[in-house]
Amino acid sequence: MSLSVDLRTSLGAFTVNAQFDSSGSTTALFGKSGAGKTSIVQMIAGLIRPQIGRIIIGEHTVFDNARNIDIPAHQRRVGYVFQDARLFPHMSVRRNLDYGHRRRGGGDFSPTFDDVVDVLAIAPLLDRRTHLLSGGECQRVAIGRALLSGPRVLLMDEPLASLDETLKAEIIPFIVQVQEEFRLPIVYVSHSVNEVLKLADTMVLLADGAVAAVGAVEEVMNRPDLVRITDTGDAGTVIPVRVTATDDTFGIATVTFKGGEFLVPITGLQTGGSLRLHVRARDVSLALKKPENVSVLNIFEGTVTSVSNNNQPQMDISIDVGGTIIWSQITQKSVLDLKIAPGRRVFAMVKAVAIDPPVTQS
Amino acid sequence: MFELSPAELDAVLLSLKVSLWAVGISLPIGIATAWVLARLEFPGKTLLDALIHVPLVLPPVVVGYLLLLLLGRNGYIGGWLYENFNISVTFSWQGAAVAAAVMAFPLMVRAIRLSIEAIDTRLEQAALTLGARPLEVFITITLPLTGSGIVVGMILAFARALGEFGATITFVSAIPGETTTLPISLYTLSQIPGEEPGAIRLVILSLIVAFVAMFAAEVMARRIRRRISGA
Repeated sequence: MSLSVDLRTSLGAFTVNAQFDSSGSTTALFGKSGAGKTSIVQMIAGLIRPQIGRIIIGEHTVFDNARNIDIPAHQRRVGYVFQDARLFPHMSVRRNLDYGHRRRGGGDFSPTFDDVVDVLAIAPLLDRRTHLLSGGECQRVAIGRALLSGPRVLLMDEPLASLDETLKAEIIPFIVQVQEEFRLPIVYVSHSVNEVLKLADTMVLLADGAVAAVGAVEEVMNRPDLVRITDTGDAGTVIPVRVTATDDTFGIATVTFKGGEFLVPITGLQTGGSLRLHVRARDVSLALKKPENVSVLNIFEGTVTSVSNNNQPQMDISIDVGGTIIWSQITQKSVLDLKIAPGRRVFAMVKAVAIDPPVTQS
Repeated sequence: MFELSPAELDAVLLSLKVSLWAVGISLPIGIATAWVLARLEFPGKTLLDALIHVPLVLPPVVVGYLLLLLLGRNGYIGGWLYENFNISVTFSWQGAAVAAAVMAFPLMVRAIRLSIEAIDTRLEQAALTLGARPLEVFITITLPLTGSGIVVGMILAFARALGEFGATITFVSAIPGETTTLPISLYTLSQIPGEEPGAIRLVILSLIVAFVAMFAAEVMARRIRRRISGA
C-alpha cells in the first residue's frame, strides 16, 4: 500500500504544509507536540478538511481539492485509534467492537471477530462496561474496534501517550502482533523514538507543520541535525544489530554490528535475533587514546568523518566505525581541545547502561 | 375513603392525557431545537434562543392570548388550518395540549440542550471513522448519551404541563369534559359559592397526582441514567 499526502492548510495561527509519500508497512509521523502530527492524521481520516491538497490511500483518492474530491469520513475506511481510546461509554466492550464490525466495508481487509479478539487477548473483557477497563485494556479494545471496521489503513494517533511506561511495554507486543497477523498498513503518530524504533519502518519527521525528512527509520534517525528539531534529546544513531551471545549471570547481551560488538544490559533476548539499538549522540564520548581501566564497556575505534559547525556549545561529530556511522555530541570546547577534525582517529565510548532496553526482536 | 366522582376522574384522566400529549408533541421538536442550539452557529441564534425562552417569562395569559390570535379559527395559522384541513384546536383538549406544550417547551429544550453540550463530540468522530453515517451517529451515539437530559426534559415538561392553567384557560377556556383539567376544574369550583368541599377534594387529588407522577418519573430517570452510565 502506498500513502501519498500533500496538504496545505492553516488552522488558526498554525499552518500545515506537508508533503510525503510512504510505501512502508508502518509509517511513523514523528515530531514534538505541536508539530502537526495529529492534524495530518485527522485530515487523512476526513475529520479536518484541508484547504489545499491531495490524499491518496492505496489507489483511492480520498481528498483532492483540484478535482473536487472529498470523501466523507465515514466512507474513507480508515481505522482510527485515538490517544484517548474513545470507547462508547453506553455500550459494552462487545458492542463497541460490533459497532465497527457491523459497518465494515467488505474490502480486502476483513478480519473475523474471533481473530481480532484473540490477537488482542480481549476475550475476558467482552461483556464488561468500558468504564471498568484499565487504560491499556481500553487501547486494546480501541485497536480491535478499528481493525474490525475493515479499514484500508490503521491510523494510530499516539495510542500509548496516555499510558505509563509499564503499560506501554505491555501494549507494544500487541501492536507488533497486529502488524504480523493482519499486515495492514499503519500510520503511527508518536513523539517517542523508542516506539518508532520498535514499530515503524518508514519515518516522516515533522517540525512546525512541515516535513523535515522522509525515509527509512534508520536513515532519518541517523541524521542528528534533523532529529534535534524534535527537542527530545534523542538525536543519535540507530544501529541494526544481531544478538550473538547472552549472559544471564550479569544480565548482559552481546550484539554484533558491522563495526564491532556492543555489550548491552538487556535480558530476555534470544541468540540470533536482530534488533535496532538506539545510541543517543549525547551518550557517546570521545578519547584520543584507548582508555584503560574505565567502566565503559563499549569502546570503538573509528575515524571522524564530519564535524558540524553550527556555532553552538554542542557539536555533532560523526565517526566511521568499520563502515557504521556513530554520532557523538560533545562540546565545542572539547572539539577544540582534542583537535577533532575529519580524518582523525578517535575512540568512541558508550556506557552500556545508556542504551535503552529496546526493541523488537524479530 | 376517597371515592372519585365521574367528574373528578375525568379531570384526572384529562390532565394526564393533555400533559402526555404536550410532552409527546414537544419531544421531537425539542430534541431538534436543542441540537440546533447546542451544535450550530448561525446569525440570529440569540434571537431564536430568546424566542424559545419567552414563554418562561411572559405571563401565561399572554401566551394563551397569542395562541388564540395565531391558532384561533380566525387566527393566522388556525384560519388556514381550518379552511384547508378542517382542523381546529380551539376549545378542545387538543388545544389544551398545545398550550401546555408551548409553556413546557423552554424547560424541555434547556435540559436536553445542556446534556447535548455535555457530550464529548470526539466520540461522534470515532463513530464516523468506524463507518457510521452522520444520521446513524446521531441515533446510536448522540441520542443515547443525551438520554438522561431527555428524561429530565420530559419530566420537567410533564410537570409544567400538569400545572398549566393561565395559557390553557385563555386559549381553550373551561369547557366541561373537554378542557377541564384538574387546575381548571378547581378554578371553576372555586368560583361557585358553597363548593368548598369539592374544591378541597380537587386540591388533595392534585397533590396526589403530582406526587405520584414525580415519583414515577424519578424512578424512571434513575433507571435510564443507570443504564447509560452502566454504573
